[in-house]
Formats: sequence, structure tokens, C-alpha cells
Amino acid sequence: MIELINIKKTFNAGRPNEFSAINGVSLSIEANKVTVFKGPSGSGKTTLLSIIGCMTRPTSGRIMLADREVTSLPERFLTGIRRKTFGFIFQQFNLIKGITALENVMLPAYPMGEAYYPLKKRALETLDMFNISNKALSKVEWLSGGETQRIAIARALINIPSVIIADEPTAHLDTKLSHEFMDIISMLKGEGKTILIASHDPLVYESDVVDRIINIRDGMVAEWV
Amino acid sequence: MSYIDKHRNLIDFTLSSLLRRKGKNIALILVYTLVVFILSSVMFFTHAIKKEASIILKDAPEMVVQRVVAGRHDLIPIRYIEKIKGIRGIGLPNARLWGYYFDPIAGANYTLIVPDDFQYGQGDIAIGKGISRSRLAYEGDIMPFMAYDGALINLRIRNVLSPESELVSSDLILISENDFRRIFGISKEYATDLTVKVRNQREINTIVRKITEIYPDTRVITKNEILRTYDAVFNWRGGIVIVIMSGAVMAFIVFAWDKASGLSAEEKKEIGILKAIGWETSDVILMKFWEGAVVSVTSFIAGIILAYFHVFFASSSLFEPVLKGWSVLYPEFKLTPFIDPYQVSTLFFLTVVPYTVATIIPSWRAATIDPDSVMR
Repeated sequence: MIELINIKKTFNAGRPNEFSAINGVSLSIEANKVTVFKGPSGSGKTTLLSIIGCMTRPTSGRIMLADREVTSLPERFLTGIRRKTFGFIFQQFNLIKGITALENVMLPAYPMGEAYYPLKKRALETLDMFNISNKALSKVEWLSGGETQRIAIARALINIPSVIIADEPTAHLDTKLSHEFMDIISMLKGEGKTILIASHDPLVYESDVVDRIINIRDGMVAEWV
Repeated sequence: MSYIDKHRNLIDFTLSSLLRRKGKNIALILVYTLVVFILSSVMFFTHAIKKEASIILKDAPEMVVQRVVAGRHDLIPIRYIEKIKGIRGIGLPNARLWGYYFDPIAGANYTLIVPDDFQYGQGDIAIGKGISRSRLAYEGDIMPFMAYDGALINLRIRNVLSPESELVSSDLILISENDFRRIFGISKEYATDLTVKVRNQREINTIVRKITEIYPDTRVITKNEILRTYDAVFNWRGGIVIVIMSGAVMAFIVFAWDKASGLSAEEKKEIGILKAIGWETSDVILMKFWEGAVVSVTSFIAGIILAYFHVFFASSSLFEPVLKGWSVLYPEFKLTPFIDPYQVSTLFFLTVVPYTVATIIPSWRAATIDPDSVMR
């Protein structure tokens, strides 16, 4: 359960280019559900996901993560929570070029101090879950769009997070790959993961797997569906 | 063990990371290695040759008395021993016969010495390895010498010397007193110089003063003065090489600074991704530390090993004209390996540490960005 209490986020505060991205959002997000944040570009979806995922701090307001207040924690603790609780799938996938798919998947776990071989085994198992273990040793730039997407999802899962955050995951995918993505989301939901997606793609928010849609406009919750 | 595993994982990623920019990193390592190679070659050479000199002089007498005529070294009358031996606190002075002989065939100067205990007879010689190499002369061969009056004197090689230090033995010929005097035309009343052993080191200065009072036409050279000359000559030569090479060193510093301190847009984006997927600022800095350390330690070790082979196995062939240009050293010689750990660690701190720090600082600046930058 994630609870946001009157979250506000202002960029460049006090400067002429001051910009208010989130203007007092309060909401509760249920565990083990798929929640989609829907809204036009610039509405504040991505900023809200960054705040929920402990990537950035709100200017004001509080975030409760399983009844624990996390907004005021120092960076070190916040990073610890982020890597244990959240798995991120980015719009551009943001894989690191020049290294193998396997290394990309293992990367989030490297600073955790886990022994190399058990970690490698888990990464291979995760890749196998998405039928791409045969591409483990390929460099990521050699992979197709669908394979890249699945590597990015495998990377988000390597630390066994309870929450998956996906920012516009289908923005660069064709219809077939977008359907494939939603199938994977359905599978992860089946495993008990909480999934938060920011998207304005009808293929995502009209999908049967989605439990709840939150409309965001001008940094505020417009309506709940 | 998770701390070690964390470092192992980070090093693993660092190595993959370095391999991605193979060309650039290999070029950097090559230039870096070259700089370490030049500096450590000079360092090894000057240190080893000074050490060699101290070995040579270990058993040398505390002082040498030479006669000086018009400011130049001249033959000394052997009768000078009579008065010098009367000075208290010294052993019996010894008359030495030695000189240089230019061999036009090999184009080299040899050092001829009459040892006190020459074990062969008249007409025999023992030669150093360097002479044996250059003249292809071995035990049993005849070696001709041109005497001062143009007469040809044939001497038989009885032995090729191989003592612990080739620096002195390389161009050395041990010869009998009579043959030496025949070649150079020196009469029985004269010697090249006199050696004096002193029992108490503290009395050296007093004895020097007494000798020059008795014979004002002499100069006394002490063992310490010879050691100091070696130091000065080779420090000076090493300094010249370093000055000449300082251009290369400066170019490297500029190159390394540019490579290490400036992060490309791609590298900055990667740091953003690492932060977004859960790396802390300290993890990124640690990874960059390993990157700098791998490059600089690899280059340092490669440079040191190459310099070791260059100086001790290849006779410093690249710097030979500057470092070895000295008549006594004319024949080829190989140095006995000596390494001063203090000098090696100084070089380590002057190369590896600044480079590694230069790598960390820009990464630290990039690593403090918000992890959400990759989402914008």
C-alpha cells in the first residue's frame, strides 16, 4: 500500500522559469493491482512516478510506503528502499550499450554485494522467464525492439521488487509488442506484484489487466476511474 | 563477504565498461605505460649504477694520492712512499700502476691495471668480458699491443674475467708490471698513484692535510669524494633525460586530464541510468575509482616491467648515448639489478594516485545528479 498525502513538486523554485509539476496530489495505491496514470504529455505523470519510486523528493507533502514515512529519509536510505522495493521500466528502456544483455540485467544488483554466481543464475532464470536466455551474451544494441523490452523488464525484476514502475512503456513499441508487454504485466500481476504505469496509450489503459485508471491533468488528479 | 562481492561485481562491470571504449583506453594505457617506462628506466639506471659504484669502491682504499703537474694528473715517484708511511694511523702505502689503452681495432678504450697479486707471469694477461666480446678474443689467444715507441708486443690471454660487477671488469685488462711498463714506457721509479689505507675514518681529514703538507705537488682523493662524483654525474645525466622527456610527460598529463576529467554525454547518461536503477552516488564513485585504478595500475606495472628489462637486460639501449657516455664505460656492460622500493613507491604516488583522483572528481559531480534525470 502506497499513500501520497498532498504531494507538490516545483522545479526551479524562486527563479523566473519556476514550474509547478505536481499541485497537491493525495491518493492511495493498492498493493497487487495494476494502476495506470493517464494524461496528456506534460501533465505530471512521470514526475509523480519518480516521486512514488523515491527517485526524487517532493517539494512538500508526504509519502507512506507500507505505513513508513519515506519522504524525509536521507539519500542512502532512500536508495536502499528504491532498489529493494521498486523495479523501473523506462520509456527509452535505458539499457547500457556495449555490454551484454545478462550484464544489463545484473546491474541493479551489483552494489547490493550479492555473490556473483547466484546472481548470474537468477538473472539467467529471469531471462528464461521471458524466453530470451539465448540472448544473454548478446550485446544489447544487437537486439530487436521486443528483445530490448524484455531485457528492460528482466532488469526491473532482478532485485525481486514488490512494485514495478513503468513510464510510457509502449511509446516506442508497435501494436504486437505492446500486446506482448501487457501480457507480461498480466503475468507479473499474477505473481502478486504491484504495478504502476504512466501512459496515454489506449492499448494500455483499456487493457483488461488494468484495475484502476487515475487521470492526471495539470499536476492534479482529474478523476478516478 | 558481501563487501568483497560488491567490489568484485563493480570491478567486473568496470572491465566490461573499459572494453567498450577499447581504442581510446588502449591508446591511453600505451601512452601512460611509455611515460612510466621512461621515468622508471632513468630511475633504475641511475640507482643501479650508483649502487654498482658503491660495490666497486667497497674494498677500495680510503684515499688515493696523485701527483699533479700544471693542474694535471702526472706519474708519482715511488720514493714518496717513504715519507708518507711515517704518518701515524695509516697502513703501508701501495704504488699502483694503471692506465688506458686505446684499441683502434675495436675502437674502444681499455683499462690496464697491474694487480698486487697478479697470478700469471710476464707475457700473460686476463681480460674483461666486454673486451672478449668486442675482440672475439678468448683464453689462449694472443692479443697484440702497440707500445709507446711503436713496438708490437704480443700478450697471451690466460683468463676471461667474470666478477660480480661487470661495470669495472668489462673493459679491464690485468697485466704484469713489466709488460705494463714496456707498453707505456714508465720507468721503475714511477707509479700511476699511491693508495693509502686509514684505520680510523675520523682521521682521514687530518691525514689528507699532512700528506699535502709533506708533498704540496700532490692531491689526495678520498673514497667519499669518488662516491659523491658518481652520484653527481649520474643524477645529472638522469636529470637531462627527464628534462628532454618532460615534453612527453606534459603531453600525457594534458591527454590524461582531458580523458579522465571530462565525461562525455554518453557517460553522464550512463551514470544517470545507474542511479535510476538503484546505484548510490558512492557506488558510482567506487566504480569510477576502479576504472582509474585499473588503467593506471596496469600502465604502471607494464611500464616498470618494461623499464626493468630495458635497463637490466637490454643495457638501457634507448638512452645509451646520454646515460653512458663516459670513457671508462666504453665497452658494453650489463648492470646488476638493484631497485629502490622508495623510488618505486614515489613514482607510484606521482602517477597512479593523481590519475585515479582525476577520474573520480568529474564522476562525483555527475553522480550527484537526481536519478530521475533519465526519466525526463
